[in-house]
Amino acid sequence: MATTVESSTGARSSAGTPAELQRVSPNMRKKRRADNLWALAFLSPQLVGLIAFMLGPLVFAIILGFSSWDGFGSRTFVGFDNFIGVLKDPQLRQSWINTAWFTVLQLPGLMITGFLFAFLLQKAGRVKSVYRVFFFAPQVTSSIAVAAIWLWLLNPEISPLNTFLAKIGLPTPDWLQDTRTAIPAIAFVSVWQALGYMIVMYMAGLESVPKALLEAADIDGASEFQKLRKITLPLLSPTILFLSITSIIGSFQVFDYIFFFYDTTAPSNARTIVYEIVNIAFREFRFGFASAIAIYLFIVLLIVTGLQLLAQKRWVHYTE
Amino acid sequence: MTTTRAELAIDAVQETEAAEHKASRTSKGGPSDSGGRGFRPSKIPLHILLIVFAVLMFIPFMWMVFSAFKPLDEIFLRPPVLLPKAWTIDGFRTAWEGAPFATAYFNSFYISASVTIITLLTCSMAAYAFARIRFTGSNALFGVFLATMMVPFQLTIIPLYIILGKLQWIDTHLALIVPAGLFNAFGVFLMRQYVRGIPIELEEAAAIDGAGRIRTFTTVILPLLKTPMTALGIFVFLGQWNDFFRPLIFLNSEDKFTIPMVVNYFKGAYSSDWTSLMAATTMAALPMLIIFIIAQKQIVEGIALSGSKT
Repeated sequence: MATTVESSTGARSSAGTPAELQRVSPNMRKKRRADNLWALAFLSPQLVGLIAFMLGPLVFAIILGFSSWDGFGSRTFVGFDNFIGVLKDPQLRQSWINTAWFTVLQLPGLMITGFLFAFLLQKAGRVKSVYRVFFFAPQVTSSIAVAAIWLWLLNPEISPLNTFLAKIGLPTPDWLQDTRTAIPAIAFVSVWQALGYMIVMYMAGLESVPKALLEAADIDGASEFQKLRKITLPLLSPTILFLSITSIIGSFQVFDYIFFFYDTTAPSNARTIVYEIVNIAFREFRFGFASAIAIYLFIVLLIVTGLQLLAQKRWVHYTE
Repeated sequence: MTTTRAELAIDAVQETEAAEHKASRTSKGGPSDSGGRGFRPSKIPLHILLIVFAVLMFIPFMWMVFSAFKPLDEIFLRPPVLLPKAWTIDGFRTAWEGAPFATAYFNSFYISASVTIITLLTCSMAAYAFARIRFTGSNALFGVFLATMMVPFQLTIIPLYIILGKLQWIDTHLALIVPAGLFNAFGVFLMRQYVRGIPIELEEAAAIDGAGRIRTFTTVILPLLKTPMTALGIFVFLGQWNDFFRPLIFLNSEDKFTIPMVVNYFKGAYSSDWTSLMAATTMAALPMLIIFIIAQKQIVEGIALSGSKT
């Protein structure tokens, strides 16, 4: 399965040493050329896409990061000015903190509640697919519709939630406007929407835990908690790793809710990095500066993912 | 290096998926299914807990639908009441007249359908090349495809906007259809996994019968890819239907808007008319909710199978 191994052996066996190449018959060479052409033909649509809409823009984005450009006039090379400017901007510093804070709140919310519900649903027998419908419904709804529902459920004047809180004597904040509650409230909405996906993925992982192992543990008198700790969680660890990597990447990119809640006037404490990128690029037309922020975002994601992959040796168990 | 690890992670997820498929298929057979052994009183607390949370998850939707039928003054009732006292469809009327919903339904549908069809075709073609044709640079190119999964969309959106501008595609649906349909690294990866699982003997038999590459692909490979194609298709369609980011940046004219954009537009114009906003949201959310309830098994398993969100 490992691509690196494949590539080294694959290249050796097909290309061979120079001496071997000499011996390849003209017939073989002809077949090889035909294969290359066939591969190109089958790959061409996705290859055009890769070059025109991914690699090209990627190179362009890096060039833009070192330029000052409004999209119309001439591009000027400004060296590391944009990258230094990003670090110096106090609002951006706040937006990074907000994004990190959102991730810190959302990740455990998703990973832990997702697992708990998957674990409980697994025990629910045949009706589990009925429950699953309720949990998964927000997932098929667009984030804008979700944001619209919660814009209203989090509005202090009309929210049933706040009425309930008032009744039991708790404070009733203006969730989205209060700078202390804005990010937690948005993280909550995000968890509400994405929970169903986590549950489905965890349930798929739980299905693959061999029943025989759990039954054997039963016979040995293991408690539920012991089975969970010693059997289920280790066998589930690849799923957990996959979900935590994709969730972190997703939560660093949160945008839709915030744009819908606040349009272009999000308070300083509710702005996230992608919200800044969109505003700076498509409202202020500072393409270079916005690209620099996006490059930082990419680097941060690479580092976070890299750290998770390094740490996996300590806790992820692959069965093969 | 990272691609190897990412691949491993995704493989792991897919293996668990495959196991679930097997498990669910065998469990249908009969009594061996540990969960489906009928009613057990010891499970009552579990079910109560699950019902409470399932209802809590669903209440926002119910509140949305019922509020859409309330007159505006009932929205502000204290304490709030779930069901409307005086049912009205004024909210729906305002929403329908205030924003181009009919056009947006059509736009969303044909954009999502086009992207899905193009993606399925081009991804399985590329997957066939990667899985079955030995060509120069095959592994390196596949590595490039995998590596691009790490690139956040926001990094390429600015250059993409400029490139699409040069092509004069900004504010056209081509900007949404072509890049999405012609490039989907995850789709290529997913389909390649499945093509590799198809027994090579089938193709050899076709070759003996004189089938060339194209015939082999269309008559042997494509029909066997139904499962992953359904999964990827659902995943791509849902993703396109719900996407807000790219339409927001690439489209300007109202008659080009998709459903999420219409809700956003409507909110801008009628921000304090909660009844109408909830009616608009209901109209946006309901088609997918209904489709989901009808086809929940396929959708849930398809999403799980395709195993990615972006």
